[in-house]
Amino acid sequence: MTLTGFFQYFVNALQWGSFYALIAIGYTMVYGVLMLFNFAHGDIFMVGSYIGLFISGALLAISIGGLVPMPSWLVLILTIVFTMLGTSIVGILIERVAYRPLRNAPRASAAVTGLMIGLLMETANLFALGAERRKFPVLIQTTVYKVEGVSITNTKIIIVGVSLMLMYILHLLVRRTKWGMAMRAMAYDFAVVPLMGISINFIASATFALSSCMAAVASVLFCTAYPILEPYMGILIGWKAFIAAILGGRGSIIGAMFGGYLLGFIEIFVAAIFPSTLRDLIAYSITIAILAFRPHGFFGEPYSAQLKL
Amino acid sequence: MFKKILFSLLVLAMLMGCQPAVPAVPYDGVIKIGNVAPMTGDIPKVGEDGDNGVKLALDEIGYELKVGEHTYKIEYLLEDNESKAESAVTAGTKLIMEDKVLALIGSYASKQAIPLGEVADRYTTPDISPWSTNPRTTKDRPYVFRACFLDDFQGFMGAKYVQDYFKLNKVAVLYDVASDYPKGLAEFFKKSCEDLGLEVVAFETFTTKDRDFSSQLTKIIESGAEIIYTPQYYDEVPLIVKQARDLGWEKPIFGSDSWAGGDLASLCGDDCVGCRFTTHYAMVGTKGKTKEFIDKFEDTYGYVPSDVGALAYDAAQILFKAIENTGDLTGELEKDHEAIKDELAKIEEWEGTTGKMSFTPEGDPIKCAVIVEYNQDHELEFVDWACP
Repeated sequence: MTLTGFFQYFVNALQWGSFYALIAIGYTMVYGVLMLFNFAHGDIFMVGSYIGLFISGALLAISIGGLVPMPSWLVLILTIVFTMLGTSIVGILIERVAYRPLRNAPRASAAVTGLMIGLLMETANLFALGAERRKFPVLIQTTVYKVEGVSITNTKIIIVGVSLMLMYILHLLVRRTKWGMAMRAMAYDFAVVPLMGISINFIASATFALSSCMAAVASVLFCTAYPILEPYMGILIGWKAFIAAILGGRGSIIGAMFGGYLLGFIEIFVAAIFPSTLRDLIAYSITIAILAFRPHGFFGEPYSAQLKL
Repeated sequence: MFKKILFSLLVLAMLMGCQPAVPAVPYDGVIKIGNVAPMTGDIPKVGEDGDNGVKLALDEIGYELKVGEHTYKIEYLLEDNESKAESAVTAGTKLIMEDKVLALIGSYASKQAIPLGEVADRYTTPDISPWSTNPRTTKDRPYVFRACFLDDFQGFMGAKYVQDYFKLNKVAVLYDVASDYPKGLAEFFKKSCEDLGLEVVAFETFTTKDRDFSSQLTKIIESGAEIIYTPQYYDEVPLIVKQARDLGWEKPIFGSDSWAGGDLASLCGDDCVGCRFTTHYAMVGTKGKTKEFIDKFEDTYGYVPSDVGALAYDAAQILFKAIENTGDLTGELEKDHEAIKDELAKIEEWEGTTGKMSFTPEGDPIKCAVIVEYNQDHELEFVDWACP
């Protein structure tokens, strides 16, 4: 591997890791606050992609149709904002319908419900929109910059930039706002929170909304880089992001971010060094080895689940 | 005890003696043809085109076939294989055992065609695959045939084209190691390149459903390759080509017939312009029988068919000819299966929408390949023939 090659892989891994990080944060937040693994999260990512597809299509139609001409960066920002809104509604609905009735049920039941909701969304999509692959419209004209032999596209820069920015905004939300404090309180001690005058239902919905927002951003950015959509696109990336969340420490947002980038780097660099056919085998052996030494992940707590930052 | 056994044996013998009367017209005048296609899953467009191609052929003969003295109505049964090998087996078994079809068309992608062919051969039902190019589909299976060329031929023609037209020496291959067709073709291509004296500097893989190929493509760029060969399906090619261009790869990208089975034009966009691939037929720039077929298809279904449509149409027509050639259906499924199989094997030359073909004893046609280019208008245009 040459030095140029190394930096190329590094840049690729930064982009690839951003997706895992954003989706893993969603898993970890829901776990931290509600003590529940939302296995439908990968499919929320998929739904977010389709919502993004329709919103960007509509915005482009308005823009090109001449009604309200918008520069492409504005279309991208608006797409992200409206997709976050749409996906949060989906997330809140899922919480209401699937998880709230099972709040006091065994954790296994809640987990299985998540899987079923996921399947439901996949098949509903297949039924409603058919099996056709969809193409996400081009919102950013790709320009390739060559820096010392390393190819960096403006898309890559935008993806990594927007991801890091969103993670920082989330950090501010959870650390500096009253509702963020309420979420951390709920993660710390579930039962005491209502005694403080805070509605658990509200916090639960808010957590799902935030987690879905992160998935929505991930989905729009993902579709910008890999513009082919299909109903089962959320499964593989959902599972891998879940692994990333566990690697980083469940319940820890910074852990999820770290785990996401770590998994992205492992996947990219393993494929670079070893024959590409062995990529998943080696990457996940490394993951198992890491967990063997640190079963609670890098930032996880062995004794209680805290929403740490 | 002995009396009981004797008695039950007698009853059994009597029951077996009471066969339903052989109807005057075999099969009550209705023959069933099955089509096992990927209507859902990774490549739904392939299923849709296959279905439409067969239906067009059926339309043309009015869903009726005259065999010997009787005219039979054709009942067309479509089953979805969901783009999965297991589902292809289930669908095929259902059509053979429950629906008792006279013959099968399908399957399309080699991943499903190979197991379906196994089922068809085991239950001695003739099966003709329109689009599967992997040799294993028909190998050592007397009841399985196909309407398209094979991958060892396609791999060889691809390598030859790199040498003759592109005039390049260092080749890289990127393919899905988990799927029969890309894996088989990539290996044939590599072998042909080496036989012709070309250097395969990179042979990279990924697994089905992977989205990011940046590591593999970076390795390919670092290897100093001059051309990338990627025998992938129409939903993966746009991602591969886009990522290659984003990593600064401006050199040629060359593909195979799987590029065409679907909606590459609308999914790919500007990145694919100038890319070429080997395939069975072209949508733009054709003449003669091919053009007639395209016009008819477009009139009926409102869009220009991919090669899957043309091959399905050819496969159906070949099948009908074979059924006609039997001269007479006996009404006994096994005998008729064998007769049809024999007739299919006897066909020596056939001119279809995808060119003239002559059949080998294995049931595979020898025909020319077409080189298609993704042109400026995002159309798949004919540019060259590649003949053996």
